[in-house]
Amino acid sequence: MAAGEARVLIADDNKVNRLLLARMVELLGHRVAMAENGRVGLETLRKEAYDLLLLDIDMPEMDGFTVLEEMQSDSRLRDVPVIVTSAREGIDNVVRCISLGADDYLPKPVNTVLLKARIGACLEKKRLRDEQRAIVQRFATPEVAEELQKTGFALGGQRVHATVMFCDIRGFTTMVETQPPEETIDVLNTYYTLMFDAIGSHGGVVNQMIGDGLMILFGAPSPLKNCAASAVAASLEMHEMMAQFNTERALEGKAPVRIGIGIATGNMVAGYTGTHRRATYTCIGDTVNLAARLEAHTKDVGRGILIDQATQLDIPQSHPTEPLGAIKFKGKAANENVFAVTVPSEKVAASKIGSPSKKRTRPHPRT
Amino acid sequence: MSDEAIDLAVFSELRSTVGAEFVADLVGTFCDDAAGILVQLREAAEVGDEAKYKRAAHSLKSNANTFGAGRLAAIAREIELGGLSPDAATKVANLGAEFERVAGRLKELAHGGR
Repeated sequence: MAAGEARVLIADDNKVNRLLLARMVELLGHRVAMAENGRVGLETLRKEAYDLLLLDIDMPEMDGFTVLEEMQSDSRLRDVPVIVTSAREGIDNVVRCISLGADDYLPKPVNTVLLKARIGACLEKKRLRDEQRAIVQRFATPEVAEELQKTGFALGGQRVHATVMFCDIRGFTTMVETQPPEETIDVLNTYYTLMFDAIGSHGGVVNQMIGDGLMILFGAPSPLKNCAASAVAASLEMHEMMAQFNTERALEGKAPVRIGIGIATGNMVAGYTGTHRRATYTCIGDTVNLAARLEAHTKDVGRGILIDQATQLDIPQSHPTEPLGAIKFKGKAANENVFAVTVPSEKVAASKIGSPSKKRTRPHPRT
Repeated sequence: MSDEAIDLAVFSELRSTVGAEFVADLVGTFCDDAAGILVQLREAAEVGDEAKYKRAAHSLKSNANTFGAGRLAAIAREIELGGLSPDAATKVANLGAEFERVAGRLKELAHGGR
C-alpha cells in the first residue's frame, strides 16, 4: 500500500480544515471522501470500505471520542486505522484518543510532512493486518477468524479439550501417477471444496493441508458444545459428499475417489507455533498423533472412519459404531480401543475398497 | 507577537504546500465560513450555551493558525479555554474586529499582494 492509492475518509465539521486536509491527502496520491461530523463519518464508514480515517474531535452531533468508541464496538470497523487531527490542547486528549483505539494524533494545523509519514505508517499497518486476516480466513471459518482477530497472534499454547480429524484420499499416489496432473488438480479442487463445506458446516477448522491430507480441529480455537459429535457428523457428511461425487464420476466412466478419516478426542495444547513472522495455528499432543494413526489404519481395515474410545463415548447413539478391539499403534505405549463408524455409503462400496495392504508412499501430515 | 495580522512565513509555507490557487479558494471559504462561526459565537454567548461557544472559538482558532493569523488565534484560544465570562461580549467584539483585519489582509495576499 505504501506506493498505492488508499481510500481516506476525513471527518471534520470545519470546512476549511476539511478542504485543506483533503487537498493534502490528495496531493499524497490518495482518494478522499469527506464527512461534516462524527455521525455522518460513522455512517459513511459503515456503508463503504476505507483504508484510513482522519478524525476531528470537536464536532457537533457526534464528537470524535464517540466515533472511536463506536468503531471499537463494531467488528467491521475496529481495524480501520484512525489518525486524530485536532487543535485541542492537553496531553489528556491525546491519551484518551489512543486509549480509545486511535493509531495516532496530529495537532492542527497539520504539518504535511508529518501527515505523510503517519498515513504511510498507518496504511502499512493496515496492509499487514489485512494480509494476516486473509491468511487466517484461508484456514478458518469466518467465526473462527474473528475469534483469532480478537485474541491476537501471541505465540504459545493453551490446554484445550478438542477433537482432531485427519483425512486423506486413498490411493492418491496411484492417481497422481496414472492420470494427467490437470485432472488430479481438478479432483483435488473438487475434493477440497466438498470437504471444506462439510467440515465448516459442523464448526471444524482446517488447519493443515498437505497434498490430499487434511488436519482438522473441532473445538479449537473456539470451543464447540460437543466437539466429538461435530467431528463424527462432519466425517459422515464428508463420506456422503464423496459418494455423490463418485456417482458423477461413475457416469463419466471414472474410478471412484475414496477417503479415509481418523478421529481422536482429548486434551491437547492449541496455539500458534512458529516465529512472529510466520506462524501457524495448530494442536499438539498424543490425541493428535492418535488421530493420524487412526486415519492411516483405515486402509488396513478397509473402513472409512475410525475413532478412538474418547470420541466414541461422546457421540450420540444415532451414529452406530463397531468395536474393532484394542490396537497397538506405533509410538503409543498402551493399546487403544478403536471403533469404526458405520458409513451408509460404504456398505455399497465396501467391496470396491482398494487393497488394504498397500503401503503408504507419501509423507503423512504431522504436527 | 507581531502587529501583522498574518505571519507571512506561515502563509507562504501553506501556499507552497497546497498551491497558491488552492489557498486563494481556501481564503474565500474561510471568510464565508468564519462569518457564520462568529454569528454562532455571538448567539451562544447571548443564550449562555457554553459548549457551542467554546466549539465555535475552537474552530476559529484552528483556522486562524492554519493561515498564520496569530492574534486572531490567540483571542479565539482565550475564549475557548476561558469559556463564558462576564466580559464575553467584549471578547467576541474583539474577535470580530480582528477577524475583519485578518480577512482583509488574507484577501490581499490571496490576490498576489505582499
